[in-house]
Amino acid sequence: MTATTIVGQDAAAPPRGGGRIKYHRWIFHIAAALVAILFLAPIFWVVAAGFRLPSEALQPLPPWPTEGFSFDSYVRLENYGQSILHYTMNSAIVSVGTALLTIGVAVPAGYSFSRYHFPLKGLVFVLILSTIMIPFQSILTPLFLLLAKMGLQNTLLGLILIYTTLQLPFSVFMMRNAFDAVPKEIEEAARIDGVKGIRMLVQVMGRLVLPGIVTVGLFAFLNAWNEFLAALVLLTDQDKFTLPVLMTAVRYGRYGSVDWGAVQAGVTIMMIPCLILFLILQRSYIRGLTAGAVK
Amino acid sequence: MPAQTDISDSILEVPPPRRRRRRDWTGLLYVAPALVLVAVFFLIPLGMSIWMSFHAWPLIGVPRWIGLDNYARLWGDTSFWSALVFTIQYTIAATVGLLGVAFVLALMVQGEGRAIAFYRTAYFLPVVTGFASASLLWAWLSNVDAGLFSPLAQDLGMTDGRVNILATFTPAFWSVTIMVIWKMAGFYMVIIMSGLQAIPTDYQEAARIDGASWGQRFRWITLPLIRRPFALALILAVAGSMLAFDQFYIILNGGPQNQTVTVVYRIFNESFVSFRLGYGAALSVVLLVILLVLSVVQLWLLRDKGDQS
Repeated sequence: MTATTIVGQDAAAPPRGGGRIKYHRWIFHIAAALVAILFLAPIFWVVAAGFRLPSEALQPLPPWPTEGFSFDSYVRLENYGQSILHYTMNSAIVSVGTALLTIGVAVPAGYSFSRYHFPLKGLVFVLILSTIMIPFQSILTPLFLLLAKMGLQNTLLGLILIYTTLQLPFSVFMMRNAFDAVPKEIEEAARIDGVKGIRMLVQVMGRLVLPGIVTVGLFAFLNAWNEFLAALVLLTDQDKFTLPVLMTAVRYGRYGSVDWGAVQAGVTIMMIPCLILFLILQRSYIRGLTAGAVK
Repeated sequence: MPAQTDISDSILEVPPPRRRRRRDWTGLLYVAPALVLVAVFFLIPLGMSIWMSFHAWPLIGVPRWIGLDNYARLWGDTSFWSALVFTIQYTIAATVGLLGVAFVLALMVQGEGRAIAFYRTAYFLPVVTGFASASLLWAWLSNVDAGLFSPLAQDLGMTDGRVNILATFTPAFWSVTIMVIWKMAGFYMVIIMSGLQAIPTDYQEAARIDGASWGQRFRWITLPLIRRPFALALILAVAGSMLAFDQFYIILNGGPQNQTVTVVYRIFNESFVSFRLGYGAALSVVLLVILLVLSVVQLWLLRDKGDQS
C-alpha cells in the first residue's frame, strides 16, 4: 500500500522537480519506512512469538512461528489461577465501567459548566481541573485505607470509582468545550418545542456532542484497561486481578521458571483491544490529545 | 402544561425569582456527581496524606501522632535520597531522549499524503499499548535466554556469548530508557507536530524568498514559534518520568542490587510491602511538593517573553 502511495505522490509532484529532489524524496521515504519498521517490530514480534510451537518457544530466534501455528501458549495461560477469560472479563468490566461512569458524570457536568449559572461555579470548575496537577501516586496510601473503610477494597467497583475520578479533569474540560461549541439557538428552538431538563441533554444535546463523548469514553477505557499501580495495590485477591496485575505475576514465574510463551500470549491479549480501538477511532483519539495539549 | 408556561416565560421575558433559583440548583445538581467523586476520592485522600504523614500508622493497630518525626527520619534516609537521585537521572535521560526523538519524528511527519499518514500512525501505535504491556514485552525481549536482544547481539557477533543486559546497571538502565522512548515518542511527536503545523506557511515562504537557508529558517522561525507546545511536552515528559514505576517494577523489579528503585517505587515498598503507611504518606507529600515546584519552575523558565514586555 505504501509503495503505491509513494508512486502516487511522485506522479503528483511538479514534473520539473529535477533528479535531485526526486532522489531526496526516495531517501526520505526509505528512512521513514525503516523507522516505521523499528516502531512496529516489537509489537509484531510479541504477537507472532505467542503462536510458536512449544518446541520452538525454547529457542529465542526467530521470534515467529516457522514450523506451524499453535495456540499452546494461550492454553497454558489457562493454568494461572482462574482462566484467562476470567481476568479478561475483570479488565473489561473495569474499563467499560470506567468509560460509562466517566461519560455519565462528565457529560452533565460539562453541560452545566457550559450553560448554567450557580454559586461558586468558577471555583468548582478550577477545583475539578486542578486535580490534574496532583499525581495520584501521592494519594495512593490513603486511598488504600479509604477504600477499606468503605468496604470497596478488593472490588472492581472501587477501582472503577478511582479511575473515573482520575479521568474527570480531562473529561469535564473536554465536554465543557464540546457544549460551548453548540450554538444556543438549537437549544432555544428545542425549548420552544417543549423539550427541557434531562430530555434536552440526552435527546437534543447528546447527539450534537457525540464526538466529544466518544473521545472521553475512549480515553477512559484505554487508561483503565492499561492502569497498573492502583490495581496492583488495591486488588489483593487473585480472583479480582486485572490483566496487567495477573500478567506481572506470570512474568515473575513459578518455581523459578518463567513461561515466556504465556507472557507473549498475555501481552497480545492486553495490546490487541487498544490497537483495534485506536485504529477505528483514530480521529477521536487525536482530537482528545490535541484538546488536552491546548490546555 | 409545562410547555405553555415555558413559551409564555420566554415571550414575556420576566423571569420570576423562584424560577431563577431553581435553575441555580439544576446547574449544581448536574455537577454534583463529579464534585462528590473529586471530594471523596481526591480531596479527602489528599488531606489524609498530609494528616497521616504526622503519624506512625501501621496497617493493623492504632495510629500514633509523632509530629515531624517522619520528616526528620526522611532527612537521613539514604535509600530515599538515592531513589530520588536515580529518578532524576532517569528523568533527564528519558526526557532528552523522548523530546529529541519526538522532534525529529515530528519534522518527518508534519507534511501531508498517505505515506506520511501511515508513518505517523506507525510511530504512534506503541503509545496506545499501555506501560504494563510494553514493560512485559520488553522484559521478554531483554531476557538473556528467551529474549531477542542478547541472542541477536551474539549471532551478529557484537558480543562474545550471551550477555545478560538486565544483570548490570548501565545496560539495564538504557534498555528501560529505550523502551520508554519507543513507547512514548509518538505521543510527544503529536504535540510538537501540532505546534509545527500551526506555523503559517507564509512565514517560511517569505524567509525563503529573502534567501534564508533551511538552518536559518529553522533557528529563527520554527524554534521560537513552537516554544509553547515544546514547553508542554517538556512538562509532561518530566512529570511522567518523575512518577515512573511500572517499567522498573515489571522489567527490573528494582534490580540489579536495588539500583533502579524510583521514588514511587520507594513509596510503594514503604506503604504496601513494609506497611509503614505514615512514612509512606510523608514520602508522598515530599514527592507532591517536588513535582509542584518542578512544574512551576518549568512554566517560569519557558514563559512567553512576549507576555512580559
